Parts: sequence; structure tokens; C-alpha cells
Amino acid sequence: MLIKKSAVELGQLIAAGEVSAVEVTQAHLDRIAVVDDRVHAFLHVGSGSALEQAAAVDARRAAGETLGPLAGVPIAHKDVFSTHDMPTTAASRILQGWRPPFDATVTARLRAAGLVILGKTNMDEFAMGSSTENSAYGPTHNPWDLTRIPGGSSGGSSAAVASYEAPLATGTDTGGSIRQPAAVTGLVGMKPTYGGSSRYGLIAFASSLDTPGPFARNVLDAALLHEAFSGHDVMDSTSIDAPVPSVVAAARQADVAGLRVGVVREFSGDGYQPGVLARFHEATELLESLGAKVVEVSCPAFDYALPAYYLIAPSEASSNLARFDAMRYGLRVGDDGSRSAEEVMALTRAEGFGAEVKRRIILGTYALSSGYYDAYYGKAQQVRTLISRDFDAAFEQVDVLVSPTTPTTAFPIGERADNPMAMYLADLCTIPSNMAGNAAISVPCGLADEDGLPVGLQIMAPVLADDRVYRVGAAVEKALEDRWGGPLLGKAPQL
Amino acid sequence: MSITRDEVAHLARLSRLALGEDELEHFATQLDVIISAVARVQEVAADDIPPTSHALPLTNVFRPDEIRPSLTPQQALAGAPAAEEDRFRVPRILDEEA
Repeated sequence: MLIKKSAVELGQLIAAGEVSAVEVTQAHLDRIAVVDDRVHAFLHVGSGSALEQAAAVDARRAAGETLGPLAGVPIAHKDVFSTHDMPTTAASRILQGWRPPFDATVTARLRAAGLVILGKTNMDEFAMGSSTENSAYGPTHNPWDLTRIPGGSSGGSSAAVASYEAPLATGTDTGGSIRQPAAVTGLVGMKPTYGGSSRYGLIAFASSLDTPGPFARNVLDAALLHEAFSGHDVMDSTSIDAPVPSVVAAARQADVAGLRVGVVREFSGDGYQPGVLARFHEATELLESLGAKVVEVSCPAFDYALPAYYLIAPSEASSNLARFDAMRYGLRVGDDGSRSAEEVMALTRAEGFGAEVKRRIILGTYALSSGYYDAYYGKAQQVRTLISRDFDAAFEQVDVLVSPTTPTTAFPIGERADNPMAMYLADLCTIPSNMAGNAAISVPCGLADEDGLPVGLQIMAPVLADDRVYRVGAAVEKALEDRWGGPLLGKAPQL
Repeated sequence: MSITRDEVAHLARLSRLALGEDELEHFATQLDVIISAVARVQEVAADDIPPTSHALPLTNVFRPDEIRPSLTPQQALAGAPAAEEDRFRVPRILDEEA
């Protein structure tokens, strides 16, 4: 069955001419047609353009061209990346139907690698959320249990890959928006080092934190996608001008012998689901059995990462989202000739933004107000320094840090929808790596006993040591799949 | 109470969000909880700690000043809510008496 194959296998089959890119694309479009009315991973499916891109890959092969490893492989693309040939809405009403006049750098590099973009995936509006319930176009459902959330903000991407609608997907991670959805759907999700992947053409949420990254069903597939779209971009002044770490080689190496692994003491205890902690402890024992040396490490400033993040990210968002002013593109409401530009702007933003976006704009405006700036935004920036220092001190003792990716498994849709603080806790363990900009991955480490839902293991490494988390992730994956007799996703119910 | 309904109304005005009465009340209650929670950052003794605005310390990033193709007026105006004579058409910006 083509849809169950990995991206690596599909790329090899296409390059060898054993199956055409058009056949592979059609198989995934058929799958979308069968399951997406229940999953709702996609906001837009571009069947026509996908089949055209696939046919172009087949033509290149027929002409004797040697294809790259992912040429002809389908991908689901988060709706936060600009695509000139498909709508780009960030799941917001204010951008309904908008077609950007250009491609994001990540989009352009997917196309250059021959990847076939199937469509655009659902998300929390402007990437603000942990459940994809904040989409203006309705929630996405977790393929493991359709009554539960697929994580967020990249929940359409996680659901698409977990339900075999696509072997790969893109996401963006500002506070955990790739790793948390990957964890709760049994996938691999990677947040590269900040600046390792370009933000050009990405609809901005919090510019000092936003990082594009890959979703896949295995570590090697994620590494191939990571390599395909990463690297320096002159269009993004925060892009790192250094070679992409050799993540594919690291994923193939899959070895932890002699590696020093630190367990973050702060990410345990109250608020953590027992089944999550049980799988996490087993994973650390597994690392030890594979030859790693596991020690406990303390990062006291991590306790303040969540409050600091909910000051810094909304502050940046309140500024970034000022561009939605009803003048040059997007929604315009109430322009009846009698109202001023300012009135039209305020009416449009009130109607075009959802509740969570409004909350964060107001919170950010508050934190940046004179009189509150030093006590809130300024203090949060100092906490950010302390978090980086904790990472630096920890990485003097160990090569990687590990923690559960999320405190709980996927929660029911609706459970935290009107309780922002409860929702924010989903990102407790993922936020520190956004604050410090270092590399972090989530790989599946089993099912929680209470609910039979996936649990993620987070592996963190220093800035630009992205290869290290792939190496450890692949070793864990190999050992666990031997134990399980195949990928964790094989245990998910049939859709 | 760390934030009042009137303060939320003021912030909404600054943010150009025309919120209704119900929304103002609801947000004031929720933001009060959120602000009390994030105020925990003030517990951290950090008087001598420099702030970090960005994960990676990059300064003076330049790219070559090259002339490249840019959008045509048609492309630039393709998503405009209203356009006229190759320009964005916007509601009045100045008061009539101004």
C-alpha cells in the first residue's frame, strides 16, 4: 500500500521507476478524499497542481535526470507558509482566500527538491494555540481518537501524517507547535536551531522564536525533509550563515554509546500524567541499556519559561499583527464611506481575529505599555537570558537533555478551549528550547496506560547540534520499534 | 484584580480592536488570571542579568544591494480590498475639518 510507505521508500521507488510520482500523489489524494471529512487536516487540497508537479517529476526522470531523495514525494504544507498558487490564511478569517504574490523560501525549496505539495494544513489561527481549536475554519481531529485534539498549532500537519494522508508535513514551532502535535499523534517532529530554517514568507507570530521544521513518521524521513528546506537565506536576516548540520547522516548513525544524557529535573511531578512519566522513565532506561550515561540535571530557570514566554510571544505578536490593517490585503469590514480608516481598521480586526488572537494582542500591548514594560517584558527578557545560561551549564555536563515532550496525552476537543492557562500548560516542556533557540526533537516513546494514547520523548541539544538529536532519536526509534515489532503508529485504529 | 475592564478597553483601543461589552468583560476576567500567572517572572532575582531579545546574537547583517525583479502593480494590488488607478483605495484618514 503506497500510503503506508515512508518518504525514503517512496523516493527510492520513484527514482527507480518502479512507481510514478503521479501514482504516489493520486494514492494520497484518494486517501484524503476518504478520511479528511473526519480528520479535517486540510484547509485546501490542490489536486490539480499536485498532479502537475508529480507529472513534472516523472518527466524529469523519463528525460534521464537523476532525482533527489524526496523528488515526487507528497507533502502537506502548513497554511502559515506563503504559496503563490494556493490560498494562505494562517487559519484566520482576516486572510480568507488570500493568495500571496510570492512563495516562502521553505515553499520554494520544497518545490526545488521535487516534493509535491498536496495542500495547506489547518492550524491554530496565526499559530497561537496547542490544539488547532483556534482555527477560524473548525478543529482538526486526532487520528488516534477523533474526539481528541491533534495538538497545535501545527495540528493539521500532525493529523495529515498520522492518518496517512501524507508521509511528510511542514510545521512551525514558536513554543512547541511542532513537537507537541508530533508527540500527541505518535510522530517525529523537529524544531531546528533558530535561524537554521528561513522565516521568509512565513506569516509571523513571534519573530524571535518562530522556526520552521519537519513532521514525519520516522526519524530518517524527518532528517531528509529538514535537509531539503534548511540552510542560509539572504531574504531572512536572522538566518544562520553556516552549513546545515549533517542530520541525514546522523539519523543513519542511530547510536548513543558513550553519550551523556541529562534528565531535566524540573520537568516531572505535579501536573504530569502518570502514563507519560512511566513511558519517559522507560525511555531513559532504554538509553542506558544502549550504552548512554544518564544523569539528572537541574535547570531552575525552566520553571519560569512558561510565564516568560507568555509575555515575550504576545508582545511580539501584538507588533507583528499590526500589519493586518484592512488596507492592502485581507478582510475589510464597514467601509461604507462614512467611517474613517481607523474605524474600519478596528471593526475589521474585531471581526477578522478570533478570541485567542485578540487575547494575545491585548496581553502583548499590556506587557509593552509604559509603566508595565520593566515589570513584565523586561523581566521576561532577563528570564530568557537565565534559560540560555541553564542550557549552557547543562551542556557542559551532558551531550543532550531529555524530558517528556508534553505533560499529558491528547486531551478531548473542547476541554481547555475557554481556559487559556490550562491550554498554555501543554507547552511547558517545549518552550525553553524556543527561548534559547537550540535544537529539539520529539520521537514516539509508547502509549500511556490510562488512555492508550501516544507519548513523546523530547531530546534537546545545543544550538547548531541538530544532528545530535537525530542521532539519539534514531537510536531510540530503532530499539523501540524492535520491541514493538514496528512503528508505534501501527497501533493506531484504522480510519 | 491585576487588570480592570476599563484597562482592557483602553488596550483594545490602542490595538485597534472594536470589542463589544461582552468581549471586554470576558477578556478582563481571563486576562486577570493570565497576568497574575505570568507575573511570576517578577520572583526571579535578575537585577544584574542582561536582557535577551533574540536567541542568536547577530548584528549588522547585510546583503548585496542588487536590483531584482519586483511585483507588478497588478500583483501588488491583487489582494487589495479596494483599488483605484493602480493604487490602494482606503477610507478617509483625516477628519473632514482637518
